[in-house]
Amino acid sequence: MAAEDTYEHYYVPHNGWFPVFASAGIFLTLFGLGNVLKDMLEGNGQTIGVYFMFAGGLLMAFTLFNWFSKVIEENHKKLYSHQMDRSYVWAMSWFIFSEVMFFGAFFGALFYVRMFVVDWLGGVGDRGPANILWPDYHPGWPMLHTPDPKLFPGASEAINPWELPLVNTILLVSSSFWVTFAHQGIKEGNRKKLMFWLSLTILFGLSFLCVQAYEYHHAYTELGLTLHAGIFGTTFFMLTGFHGAHVTLGTFMLIVMWFRSKKGDFSADDCFGFEAASWYWHFVDVVWLGLFIFVYVLGVY
Amino acid sequence: MSAVIEETHHDDHGHGPDKGLTRWLFTTNHKDIGTLYLWFSFLMFLLAGTFALVIRSELFEPGLQIVQPERFNELTTMHGLIMVFGAVMPAFVGLANWLVPPMIGAPDMALPRLNNYSFWILPFAFTMLISTQFMKGGGPDFGWTFYAPLSSTYSPPSTAFFVFAIHMMGISSIMGSINIIVTILNLRAPGMTLMKMPLFVWTWLVTAYLLIAVMPVLAGCVTMLLMDKYFGTSFFEAAGGGDPVLFQHVFWFFGHPEVYIMILPAFGVVSQIIPTFSRKKLFGYASMVYATASIAFLSFIVWAHHMFTVGIPLAGELYFMYATMLIAVPTGVKVFNWVATMWQGSLTFETPMLFAIAFVVLFTIGGFSGLMLAIVPADFQYQDTYFVVAHFHYVLVSGSVFAVMAAFYYWAPKWTGHMYNETLGKTHFWLSFIGMNVTFFPMHFLGLAGMPRRIPDYALQFTDWNMVATCGAYLFGFSQILFLFIVVQTIRGGKKATDRVWEGAHGLEWTLPSPMPYHTFTTPPTNMEEAHS
Repeated sequence: MAAEDTYEHYYVPHNGWFPVFASAGIFLTLFGLGNVLKDMLEGNGQTIGVYFMFAGGLLMAFTLFNWFSKVIEENHKKLYSHQMDRSYVWAMSWFIFSEVMFFGAFFGALFYVRMFVVDWLGGVGDRGPANILWPDYHPGWPMLHTPDPKLFPGASEAINPWELPLVNTILLVSSSFWVTFAHQGIKEGNRKKLMFWLSLTILFGLSFLCVQAYEYHHAYTELGLTLHAGIFGTTFFMLTGFHGAHVTLGTFMLIVMWFRSKKGDFSADDCFGFEAASWYWHFVDVVWLGLFIFVYVLGVY
Repeated sequence: MSAVIEETHHDDHGHGPDKGLTRWLFTTNHKDIGTLYLWFSFLMFLLAGTFALVIRSELFEPGLQIVQPERFNELTTMHGLIMVFGAVMPAFVGLANWLVPPMIGAPDMALPRLNNYSFWILPFAFTMLISTQFMKGGGPDFGWTFYAPLSSTYSPPSTAFFVFAIHMMGISSIMGSINIIVTILNLRAPGMTLMKMPLFVWTWLVTAYLLIAVMPVLAGCVTMLLMDKYFGTSFFEAAGGGDPVLFQHVFWFFGHPEVYIMILPAFGVVSQIIPTFSRKKLFGYASMVYATASIAFLSFIVWAHHMFTVGIPLAGELYFMYATMLIAVPTGVKVFNWVATMWQGSLTFETPMLFAIAFVVLFTIGGFSGLMLAIVPADFQYQDTYFVVAHFHYVLVSGSVFAVMAAFYYWAPKWTGHMYNETLGKTHFWLSFIGMNVTFFPMHFLGLAGMPRRIPDYALQFTDWNMVATCGAYLFGFSQILFLFIVVQTIRGGKKATDRVWEGAHGLEWTLPSPMPYHTFTTPPTNMEEAHS
């Protein structure tokens, strides 16, 4: 039949141990973390939680390493039709969309607080009567004076967006260009171009993380800007913190791609792994632009 | 095709399933994974149902007879969490796994290992959730909606495990939904355009999109809660510049689409069953598709109708009221189309059809109470009373749960190769129908009379209807033991089912043998005229 002649068989993998072991791994890690937090709250000194987390983390790393290796192996064995390639492209795209929605929840919280809560607590608007509880509080952003400074001591100042945050913006935006040049290197079959620009991307990513770590330390020790510093500290650290976690994950993925590139895993028409990592990197970059505008710049104006 | 591919794909489908426990742990087969999800959901349904029977036992009479208030709060919380996340959602994912690939002529889901991962996260997640009940301080006791600050400041130390269990369930749903979308968009057989897909596939495509969009928001919500409780952040603390109502906004932004996630696949099931037993094509296929998409779109912009009494600005109340009432329009389109399908059809009333017709009638009743709740000034009276409890149990029990049961009776002969016992099936239906109505209809009266929700003891004037409801609950609950018996009996044997099974059935799955072979459509089908529902 004509359809069967041209039909590329869609590969359905055999049974395997990766999924159930990965489930166990995530369970152990979260169970351990839960124990750590529960013990922290109850004031217990010793916690067994860290051992579970360690075991879970190891199990996850081991399982994921094997799982991704298997996928790469299946690709090299030419088991994947063009239709399968499209499956991976769509899957990565939808995954990134879900991550966008996750950040959306935190940006949404920030917008709600700034547009409404700040004023309501100060006696303005429909829910203004709340101000009866906080007579000394006055609306303003950054919220350096919280309604109850005894419970939530405010920060002494916000971070100047035009110093290190601007450096970070330059680092990330330019690194999106570098990873694109690296991709061109694959498309042109130019290994040196690929390795050079990919290395630079990773270097910029790591630099970003170092700058952020320094900024966090500076915020905690000198600016009084902590997780406990009211809603300003909360939104600042949760948004930039999750972003930093995603940059860490993205940098890790790029490092893996670096080693794979060195091995010659990628060719012009077969480089999905690299492309997935680079899309993730662009996503991380776009989220940073959102942060720079809404958390850093608008944070001080 | 190269020689390499030939060898490997003979390997793929040359033999049947593995033997033993490892078959179920390591499977990549959508039929096995569908079975795992369905059994898991049934188990969770019985567990949460048991909690409900304890709740109803306590509420049989005024006074505290069986449980202390703290324990009662744990029971209501766990009943809700397990039913929503452990029974209803996994049941529909199980149906999607079994049905979507055959319905579109695909060999399996797009990413079969990811599919197995999505399932196996769930037993671990629920172990974590249920284990909290045995921890010092007890398990979650703040309602399935876990509003702050009850869930942050006043919650037990085990709350972190609740949060992580929700994270795990979210990962399962997101990965599963990605798989479903990619399968539907990428793996349809040639000739199956989107507007030729069975409606069950359409409803799952839309549901999967809703899941990917809102489960991350739930993840954000529980993370904010975790941070407030364990790390002193101020998302929901006014003293720090936050707002407890922010919790409600974030939660219900997830929560409202969530209830549509729980009902849209049910609409899809009913849209498959009614045409079969009416021996008539579904009326208005295109409008059913557009209605599904409209409901999904609207579901994103109505969340604050759960918050009419917390003090949101008047402009907000008005907007959310009008937007919520709008959803009745596409939903009404669907109800009219089901009825129009039956109109002048050649009707027979086997068990699947009984459940489907009951769905249409009872879900509509639930929809009417929903419309009453949508009216802001009226809702000021109904909010947090048993009227709300009546509403959502009508749409969830006689809606979602009846649809899952209908789906079992309809497709089990295709899956297992055996007909279920029709007399037992009808008995199960009537007992469930009567039990459900006796349990939940009186709750409308209780709510209108002023009985609040989530209370273990109540004022004397509410006694009569509570007694009636408890009797109904026992009837409904024990009828599900009969259902368990029917399910096991059907799997193990019974009258041999034909391939078509039902005279009026259309769709690619009915062109396959009964029972369905372990691997199906390894090459795509070409008989697309069969596909049109």
